[in-house]
Amino acid sequence: MPPLVKKLASAIGLLLAVVVLNFLLIQLAPGDPVSVIVGEMGGASEDLIAQMRAEYGLDKPVWLQLLIYVGKICTGDFGFSYYFKQPVLNLILQRLPATILLVVSALVLAVVIGTLMGIFSAKKPKGILSHFVTIFSLVGYAAPVFWTGLMLLILFASIIPMFPVSGMMNVRGNDTWYGAVLDVLHHLVLPAVTLASIYIATYSRLSRASMLDVLGSDYIRTARAKGLNERRVVFGHALRNGLIPVVTMIGLQFGQLFAGAVLVETVFNWPGLGRLAFESILRRDYPTLLAILFFSAILVMVANILTDLAYGRIDPRIGGPRRKKAKPRAAGATQ
Amino acid sequence: MTDTTATLPQSGPEPIGPKPAHPVTEFMRAFARNQSAIIGLVLLAIMLGTTFIGPFLYPVDPYSMVDLPFAPPGGEYAPLGTDYLGRDMLAGIIEGGRATLAVGAAAAVISVVIGILVGSFAGFFGGAVDAVLMKVTEFFQILPTLLLAMVLVTIFGASLVTITFAIGAVSWPQVARLARAEFMRIRKLDYVAAARTSGARNAYLIFRVILPAALPPLIVAAGLAVGAAILFEAGLSFLGLGDPNTMSWGLIIGQNRNYLLDAWWTVTLPGVAIFITVLAISLVGDGINDALNPKLRRR
Repeated sequence: MPPLVKKLASAIGLLLAVVVLNFLLIQLAPGDPVSVIVGEMGGASEDLIAQMRAEYGLDKPVWLQLLIYVGKICTGDFGFSYYFKQPVLNLILQRLPATILLVVSALVLAVVIGTLMGIFSAKKPKGILSHFVTIFSLVGYAAPVFWTGLMLLILFASIIPMFPVSGMMNVRGNDTWYGAVLDVLHHLVLPAVTLASIYIATYSRLSRASMLDVLGSDYIRTARAKGLNERRVVFGHALRNGLIPVVTMIGLQFGQLFAGAVLVETVFNWPGLGRLAFESILRRDYPTLLAILFFSAILVMVANILTDLAYGRIDPRIGGPRRKKAKPRAAGATQ
Repeated sequence: MTDTTATLPQSGPEPIGPKPAHPVTEFMRAFARNQSAIIGLVLLAIMLGTTFIGPFLYPVDPYSMVDLPFAPPGGEYAPLGTDYLGRDMLAGIIEGGRATLAVGAAAAVISVVIGILVGSFAGFFGGAVDAVLMKVTEFFQILPTLLLAMVLVTIFGASLVTITFAIGAVSWPQVARLARAEFMRIRKLDYVAAARTSGARNAYLIFRVILPAALPPLIVAAGLAVGAAILFEAGLSFLGLGDPNTMSWGLIIGQNRNYLLDAWWTVTLPGVAIFITVLAISLVGDGINDALNPKLRRR
């Protein structure tokens, strides 16, 4: 079986497990879904309650309920949100793009800035930048992300009013499409920087350690001895191997990035899934909450599969079967 | 296991040079030489002192109104100002630290215990046990931990106990992976084989023979888990999912965040408390790690 197919099969298995977990969580919740919904509706007649119980299949045995639940998820039926008064799937699809925009921009920011900081500090392990990376990574780890966001708000929205306080777009709307794009970007700066701050810390520390390792290896000395200029040596030869731990970390941390998005979106009123999660918790809107859990698991898995693909590109030793015949020490094996 | 080395006859010349110090002494010395670790220790002592001795030195009720709402720091009645209900910020920070630290420590213990159990079984037995346990770990890693904890707290109700268990239940995978790697490495060592041939059972091998050797990196991970759990608790309380009846640092920030542009101190100061505490814990953790692995220090 090709690795990608295997990966996909495993991903689908894990998703099914998420669905089962969701089902169990509903079962464990005090009161059945109908009583929660009735509570949200502000009461209902006995007839309606009985009808809803039958509709939800609550009169059937648990295993059958599970099968029905899985079947519903497979057909894209995540239930109805009584608070938002629309199907949960619609709600999610409306909010998903904003979250993806935020998470991906934060990730790109963090990887680019973090790696560059790591590379330049690795070239001078005792330099000022190196100390800065060490301090920054400690600060980035210890500051709660929502607090960093609030501090940036005080600084850049109140003391120096450069950026908007909340939301994703100007309330008055925009006349042109490029005006709208610029407006969204303007709103994106603070949330993306906040979310990126933790990961800049992680990636700079990681790429610094990894580049220090790689720059000391034999094949780099060979490259230097060939008379290549320093830029070719660092960016052409060393970076490829130095990036491997960073790529691994991106895949491992994507779930945490999404968790950070919940807090950041709440701070900046960014209309994404995280903000939706916060709102649905306030309203005890279980169907929406569990659907968000499901979709965030999908996002994390897509990210993991993409990381795996990127991994094979960067490091030929990890690639697919086509590349397996390459000589084991071809790409300047450092280990 | 009997200690065979102790019964060997002491023959031959004494080793040249100073007598090697006891490992614990060696560790203390390495730790004391590390400036940032000492700074971390001092900061941690200050924060623990504030939380646990503070109430006796500054006996102001954190739940009662002492001044007008949003009195700025340096006022007559409240040195660090008041919050949106006119409550004393300093008293709130002192009181809030206890819940934050207690939940952080207890949740870290839970996650480390689960992590060690899962990781040690996976690493020790390998094969199918390993495959199944690692699948479970992977499952927990694809779910955003904060979101899962939010769901758990929403369903089971927000109290200090459920929050602690929710945080512990979602943050063990990293410890499990670390423990697994250590167990896989150590189980191949000769002394484990020796213990096995002398008839030790699996449980004895896991908890008495291998675990002590695997502990050093796990202790560091446990320290970092406390820091992570404190951040986690702060995030949950900030979102309004903390125990509503108990003051905590995250709760103070969450309750005052709508007024942050008018009263910066209400959100800034509790955040500083969280920041210093987590920073101190990670500095001490790094210090312990470096002192345990002298080789890494020269990097």
